[in-house]
Amino acid sequence: MLHLEWIDYAIMVIYFLFVLGIGWVLKKHMKTAGAFLEAGRSMPAWVAGLAFISTNLGALEVMGMTGSGMKYGMLTTHFYWIGAIPAMIFLALFMMPFYYGSKARSVPEFLKLRYDEKTRGLNAILFAVMTILASGISMYALALLMNSVLGWDFNVSLWASAIIVLAYTYLGGLSSAIYNEVLQFFIIVIGLLPLVILALMEVGGWGGLKEHLAPIVTTMKDHHYAADTFTTTWKYTGNMQGNPLGVEWFGILFGLGFVMSFGYWCTNFLIVQRAMSAESKAAAIKVPLIGALPKMFIPFLIIVPGIAAIWLSSIHPDAFKILNLGTGHPRYDYTIIALLQYYLPTGLLGLGITALLASFMSGMAGNVSAFNTVWTYDIYQSYIRPATKDKAGDDKHYLSVGKITTIVGVLLSIAAAYIAGKFGNIMDFLQTIFAMINAPLFAVIFLGMFWKRTTGHAAFIGLLAGFLVALLHHGLTIPFGSDTMFKGGWITNMLGMDKNLYVYPVEMAQNFWTAIFAFATAVFLTVGLSFATKQQKSDEELKGLVYSLTPRVKVHVDEWYNRPVVLAIIVGVIMISLSIIFW
Amino acid sequence: MGLDIRIPIGLMFSIFGVMITLFGIFTNSSVDMYKKSLGINMNLWMGIGMLVFGLFMLLLVKLAKKDEK
Repeated sequence: MLHLEWIDYAIMVIYFLFVLGIGWVLKKHMKTAGAFLEAGRSMPAWVAGLAFISTNLGALEVMGMTGSGMKYGMLTTHFYWIGAIPAMIFLALFMMPFYYGSKARSVPEFLKLRYDEKTRGLNAILFAVMTILASGISMYALALLMNSVLGWDFNVSLWASAIIVLAYTYLGGLSSAIYNEVLQFFIIVIGLLPLVILALMEVGGWGGLKEHLAPIVTTMKDHHYAADTFTTTWKYTGNMQGNPLGVEWFGILFGLGFVMSFGYWCTNFLIVQRAMSAESKAAAIKVPLIGALPKMFIPFLIIVPGIAAIWLSSIHPDAFKILNLGTGHPRYDYTIIALLQYYLPTGLLGLGITALLASFMSGMAGNVSAFNTVWTYDIYQSYIRPATKDKAGDDKHYLSVGKITTIVGVLLSIAAAYIAGKFGNIMDFLQTIFAMINAPLFAVIFLGMFWKRTTGHAAFIGLLAGFLVALLHHGLTIPFGSDTMFKGGWITNMLGMDKNLYVYPVEMAQNFWTAIFAFATAVFLTVGLSFATKQQKSDEELKGLVYSLTPRVKVHVDEWYNRPVVLAIIVGVIMISLSIIFW
Repeated sequence: MGLDIRIPIGLMFSIFGVMITLFGIFTNSSVDMYKKSLGINMNLWMGIGMLVFGLFMLLLVKLAKKDEK
């Protein structure tokens, strides 16, 4: 249990006052539905860019990735470099011009403009369910953590954090969520910075870390790892057995680097919404590129301390008792908590805990604000109360619907959090299932943007079939050693078959291949059926939505650092350099 | 939209900076407290760092306002 002093609490309270203050200041600007749900499309590129990366830096990500650092070592950086940067560059240069230029207010609405109502409806409903689930799971984790680490009451932690998020998103809508994400970004970076500094000092820098890890890594039970396995990225990915990730280079490159990451970064509205809020098309294109710069360096902040913890926990087992190492159920997710407790004196400890709280809130507020927009525009306005001729009256109506949805969204999240507490496995399972929609969704949006022949019927069937194939694959295969149906094999079990179609060495490999099959199915069916069905949309209607039908406007930018291609090259070169340095 | 986010960032980190720096100065003699952070008074150093960062943000705001005029 962590012990906090008055100064730690003072820091926490001041932070919350600023968070609420930002909402309060923005309140007077929330006069239209567009201001509330789309941030009035007025964000400077750097603000939206930091929010873009901050939304992704939720607490479950921070805790999970530090834990992964301990579990998989430097191989965890694949999620930050190959598994993020190419997709972010692609989103910026090739997709943002259409997302932003189409004037769509959400990803589902883009599907409506490019394809048809049913494709939008399918995506909107799945997305709405997914965001509430994600938000509920993250709130449950927050309350559980506050309870076990700080001794706060579970219910009080849950409701108090929900009310704070509700207050600032209700007051200032998406703008408030975005501005607060920028504030959260800085507090997460600064609050966690002492960990990596102190950890590297104690182990004697990167060289010392390698030296200390060698004897531990080479003597790991049941494995034959080379001494530098945990401090390299690609070196031991020639086969599955040589690295702790359990995936070979092809799976990392294609499964993670292409299907999973393009599915996540290029179609997840939670992320794309930040770029859509930018003040201009030029700014929207820059948003993912600006976000990519800090993204590449986050591993040093959260993964490297996790790697150091491998050695630290071997020499100070008492300080890392909270991780339950050496038992059947280690809690790697608590690595960052153990490190906070191990290194930070009173004062900085308050800042570190505030950073964690901030990251929980940024994830929650992100989900609530994205849910809000999709519900109000893509479900309510499309199916329940369509727009009328009275524009001003409509706007007022949708603004109040947006505000009420914020409250309902938070209440639904709280309900989901309690369900997660009772049926945690089912919630994780549902989240895995809903995440499976990303890969086929990317296939459908990509084909829609770059091939004008793609039809609405084909896209709908492709999306649905991709999702069903993902379910089928997950239900017929299991990761090695799995003893629960929530990790796969549930169809096998239901049908009473005696064995699964395939047993993957690790869960991650199973996830990669689920995504690959879903993606391939969606591509083949969408392409095939597009030839078989008639295009319902005229070329004129597809202008601004499809690459070949959109007139290219040459915009001259004076400053070299404002040119998207130059920024993209810089980002790409840094990523490749980092990959080579830590090869 | 009506808010320069650098102002709250600058203000908050300046306040944190002053608080943590002062706390670091007052607790400087407490050897026990800083045993954790390898004998370094991390409060003092991080406090100064935050103060500098906060003031830098506020300076940027000031320069931007000057530009506008």
